[in-house]
Amino acid sequence: MTASPNLVAEIRERARLIRRSALQMVYEAKLGHPGGDLSSADILAVLYFGVLHFDPKNPKDPKRDRFVMSKGHCSGALYSAMAMAGFFPAAELATYMKPLSRLNAHPSRAYLPGVETSTGPLGHGLPVAVGIAIAGQIDGAGYRVFVLTGDGEQQEGSNWEAAMTAGHRKLKNLTLIIDRNRLQQGARTEDTVALEPLADKWRAFGWEVAEVDGHDQAQLLDVLDPDRLRDKPLCVIAHTVKGQGVSFMRDQAKWHHGVPDAAQFAQAMKELA
Amino acid sequence: MTVAAQSKLHDCRDAFAVTLEALAEKDERIVVVVNDSIGSSKVGGFAKRWPERLINVGIAEQNMIGVAAGLANGGKLPFVCGAACFLTGRALEQVKADLAYSRANVKLCGMAAGIAYGELGPTHHSIEDYGWLRVMGSISALVPSDPWETAEAIKAVAAAEGPYFVRISRMGVPDLPHSSRGFQIGKAEILREGKDVALIANGTMVHLALDAAAILAGEGIQARVISMASVMPLDEAAVLDAAETGGVVTVEEHSVRGGLGGAVAELLAAKAPCRMRMLGFPGFLPTGSVSWLMQHYGLTAEGIAAAARELRDLR
Repeated sequence: MTASPNLVAEIRERARLIRRSALQMVYEAKLGHPGGDLSSADILAVLYFGVLHFDPKNPKDPKRDRFVMSKGHCSGALYSAMAMAGFFPAAELATYMKPLSRLNAHPSRAYLPGVETSTGPLGHGLPVAVGIAIAGQIDGAGYRVFVLTGDGEQQEGSNWEAAMTAGHRKLKNLTLIIDRNRLQQGARTEDTVALEPLADKWRAFGWEVAEVDGHDQAQLLDVLDPDRLRDKPLCVIAHTVKGQGVSFMRDQAKWHHGVPDAAQFAQAMKELA
Repeated sequence: MTVAAQSKLHDCRDAFAVTLEALAEKDERIVVVVNDSIGSSKVGGFAKRWPERLINVGIAEQNMIGVAAGLANGGKLPFVCGAACFLTGRALEQVKADLAYSRANVKLCGMAAGIAYGELGPTHHSIEDYGWLRVMGSISALVPSDPWETAEAIKAVAAAEGPYFVRISRMGVPDLPHSSRGFQIGKAEILREGKDVALIANGTMVHLALDAAAILAGEGIQARVISMASVMPLDEAAVLDAAETGGVVTVEEHSVRGGLGGAVAELLAAKAPCRMRMLGFPGFLPTGSVSWLMQHYGLTAEGIAAAARELRDLR
């Protein structure tokens, strides 16, 4: 099913606001991971405003779709999307990383309703998502389970343990999205420990694999449409650019956790106006 | 006559399995998660009765803990059963982030803990498990000493919300003389009264502490014997009362660092300093059978009694 142009335009606008909000948070906290916030903003906007079924006033609703943010360090983008979706007041975003804030640098299930599991250490999200999907499979529940990982994160072995379990159990209610921005903290993934051929790896583990432009909202909506589900888990490799939306941050490892100075922040906000 | 000589010896996994199945009959949320450890956890009966509620993730402990956290998120009540050494050590960060920090409603059942694997050596010994978990502060650790305490511990953690670790031994232990007060998380049980010295033990060591108390009684020393199944949270009142005897011996099938002895010492150092002896293992152990290792490290009734005499002689 092709998404309506109106929905695509709305999500594109929300992604722009998520990028602005995340950069504002990183700038004020003088900490954060702007490169990944910007690469994942479109994926998060599509999930929260075009795909996931949830009620922010009832975040423990057993019937809700689950979203697990495995790349927990990109919390600026996640919290911005969650606030926009109504999980907490947008004013609270200003407390990011401040003492006693619910908005820890890495999302905490103990602090913030709507966070399905605490993340931060990499390779934790997919096993948890697999567990939720198994619960749904046992119960014949209608909810879907989504998990977003980074691409460098694919180097964590726990992902492949979980990949085997999901493939073996044919968890068709499970969708993994990989934010394939090709950069990890220190360098390019392929210069660190190569991931390619990534799609073949996931296929070999028993998953359906699709590759999309991770900044194309229409493509993301289309690939996440329930009509596309098969009798196996789905891995979406979303090709993205680290720092997408801010010219001087694009495709550079140094913006993994770089913090913009005042002039850079002003320039970035101008580009995202 | 020793306590063990007066009773049939039991593998506590049997009481665990019977209790879990009884609970599962009434609570559909209960699922079992294993790492190819159906036989070693004695959940074959469960698997036969409820195959769809038995989730075997294969030999993949990190995944196993994450999957359990996810099952709890999906409304299930997971009991994760595997050899304690791998269940804790191999997946420690998952236990920390996915269970303890995330407050997931998951119950870890560590099988064949301590040195139950004997000759298999330090890779398979689990003498660090509840020490690692205890320091997190937000996952409770129970170390039952016989079939009754094992069954009670399993019932208690099933009824309590949040992450728990229960250490289940396969080493033969006798039935112990329990009072009728019932089992409570965070509460110790005094199995023998005494005012001259206190023996605080858990798990497979409790019956040996009772034997030690009998030896000491023959010498005119009245030893109090406390079963401290709840290492985290510790029964602080019971420990502070024990300190009034003037000497506390802790006995555990665990490293002497950071376990029951460590927990008792932390409390006593701050609130009621008294002489202590901590019996347990010093670190990685040499090759040897279970009984040889126990003898070698003084985890015997005579070894416990000797530690108690030392404390008395210091006064």
